[in-house]
Amino acid sequence: MLLQVKNLRCGYGSLEVVHGVSLHVCAGEIVGLLGANGAGKSSLMKSIIGLMAPWHGGVWMNGRRVAGQPAWRSISNSMVLVPEGRQIFSDMTVRENLLMGGYHNPDRGMDLDMVLDRFPRLRERIAQVAGTLSGGEQQMLALGRALMARPKMLLLDEPSMGLAPLMVEMVFAEIRAMRDLGVTILLVEQNATATLQIADRAYVMESGEIILEGEAAELLHNPEVKRAYLGKGYKEVWE
Amino acid sequence: MLLKRLFPVIGFAALAIAVQLGAGALGKEFYLTQLTMAIYYAIVVMGLCLLMGFAGQVSLGHGAFFAIGGYTSAVLTTSDFSRFQDSLWAAALKRIHVLIPKADLYGGQVLTTTPWAAFVAAMLLTFLIACLIGYPALRLKGHYLAMATLGFCLIVNKIVLGTAWLGAADGISGVPEWNLAGGLVISGRSAVRVQNYYAACALALFLLILLANLVHSRVGRALQAIHDRETAAGAIGINTARYKLNAFVLSALLAAAAGVFLTHYTAGIGPSEASALKSVRYVALAAAGGMSNPWGAALVSTAINFLSLRGWFGTYDNAVFGAVLILIISIAPQGPLKPLGLWIRRLLSGARSAAGGEHAAS
Ligand SMILES: Nc1ncnc2c1ncn2[C@@H]1O[C@H](COP(=O)(O)OP(=O)(O)OP(=O)(O)O)[C@@H](O)[C@H]1O
Ligand SMILES: [Mg+2]
Repeated sequence: MLLQVKNLRCGYGSLEVVHGVSLHVCAGEIVGLLGANGAGKSSLMKSIIGLMAPWHGGVWMNGRRVAGQPAWRSISNSMVLVPEGRQIFSDMTVRENLLMGGYHNPDRGMDLDMVLDRFPRLRERIAQVAGTLSGGEQQMLALGRALMARPKMLLLDEPSMGLAPLMVEMVFAEIRAMRDLGVTILLVEQNATATLQIADRAYVMESGEIILEGEAAELLHNPEVKRAYLGKGYKEVWE
Repeated sequence: MLLKRLFPVIGFAALAIAVQLGAGALGKEFYLTQLTMAIYYAIVVMGLCLLMGFAGQVSLGHGAFFAIGGYTSAVLTTSDFSRFQDSLWAAALKRIHVLIPKADLYGGQVLTTTPWAAFVAAMLLTFLIACLIGYPALRLKGHYLAMATLGFCLIVNKIVLGTAWLGAADGISGVPEWNLAGGLVISGRSAVRVQNYYAACALALFLLILLANLVHSRVGRALQAIHDRETAAGAIGINTARYKLNAFVLSALLAAAAGVFLTHYTAGIGPSEASALKSVRYVALAAAGGMSNPWGAALVSTAINFLSLRGWFGTYDNAVFGAVLILIISIAPQGPLKPLGLWIRRLLSGARSAAGGEHAAS
């Protein structure tokens, strides 16, 4: 088991938003984490990576307890988060962004070439200021920047957010390709169908708790997923 | 590329020389005194540029750091330690020339600290205090540092005003000259006015080059990344709290160093240096020069402080700094120099293409 989260609780101020979540990701898997707006997915990601201190429970990476460490240490556990909303460095060029991703990677010069080979669109725009890239290109850049750290495990927070269908397809193809490179992936998404098509397993989160888990292929046909995803009021609205 | 990097250095050096020659030719050499003071104040602003423009944090306490530098120097170099003459530590400090015997105004023997030792002490004290304030405030996201430093500045101001051995409302005067090295003396005597002007220019230029290199280094990139996207910077393994703290401490040290130099130059320091209004002024000047442009900030700050020291703004002095801040924020938030440069470039290329057009037509 590469990543294990046990009974994790966290929140903001005095408000708890994740109420004891347990999940695990095995090496080489793509695991989906689905849920409606405000379910607590991003908060869970932030406490796994160390951007938020967990209130209770623990996180283990390769059997080592990592919860409570500051975020910048997560890189030495080979775990990288691609945050919600991409968060590229908008005043830096594409090249500078990628090099920043390899901040602790002594071979970043070499890896830069590898990443640019994967993303030819980025090579074409290598000297462009990243803030002027299109949304899809920015997402590619965020993925490329994460790869520059040579992660074993990637946490992707809604990589398809705000992208056109064609671009979404590209991003999902890219995620699958990264898994084939040997990177393990925990994928947070609202796009349930696309996620369940590339994932091995998935969890469904609602109001800070895991309410469903299973093989992706099974969940794809489970009506409960849709219900959780659309929220409690969906029956009245849709039927 | 190298030429582009060297351009501001050469430009600044040429400007400094031109100003001195100009003042000499006009018979207004005494202008250089206020100019020297303004340059020392500009060093505080340069440090703030690093903090505000690159680390994205605001300090409202740089006046206090300036004062800590100045007061530490002033106290140590004007106090008489001769009653500790026989103690072990005094003897040890005497042996390494930290304490030296000197004749005072009335011919008596006193034991005082050498300016160099006082300078080192001031830097150490500032380092310690900046770490104490910055460490808790910078672990949090957001503008906690601004609040913490404002509180700190108010406290320092009150302490200075209420402490007899810090001169209370009168401040400390009679601070000796600082014999830097090789005959270079930091002093306000008119005989060494030109020499001191160039010393201040050289110091400022040296620090500007240092900052420019820092900004273009790995550290500078990391600071820029934190400023832009703190979450992402942390997620790619940048120790955000540590980098912000380093930038804060470095800028506090620059402010304190400026305080030490100016205190020796004017032979004294007063409590107004530690006022919150003074700190706000530095912030206004950093903004006025373009926060992420230390060169511009140094230039604008020197000019405005010079006019202020010459009394141009009269009783509206503080109002002028407020107005500058409002104007800059509303008209040119990146500082006036960048838009000005762009405008000149557009004008030049416009002229060039017009000339080219005529050429083609003929
Ligand atoms: N910085 C914050 N301060 C206070 N409350 C927050 C903060 N960030 C998120 N929350 C709250 O925590 C809850 C969970 O938010 P979170 O961002 O984790 O949800 P999410 O599942 O990622 O939603 P989305 O799909 O919209 O990204 C929400 O109710 C939200 O309002
Ligand atoms: Mg989210």
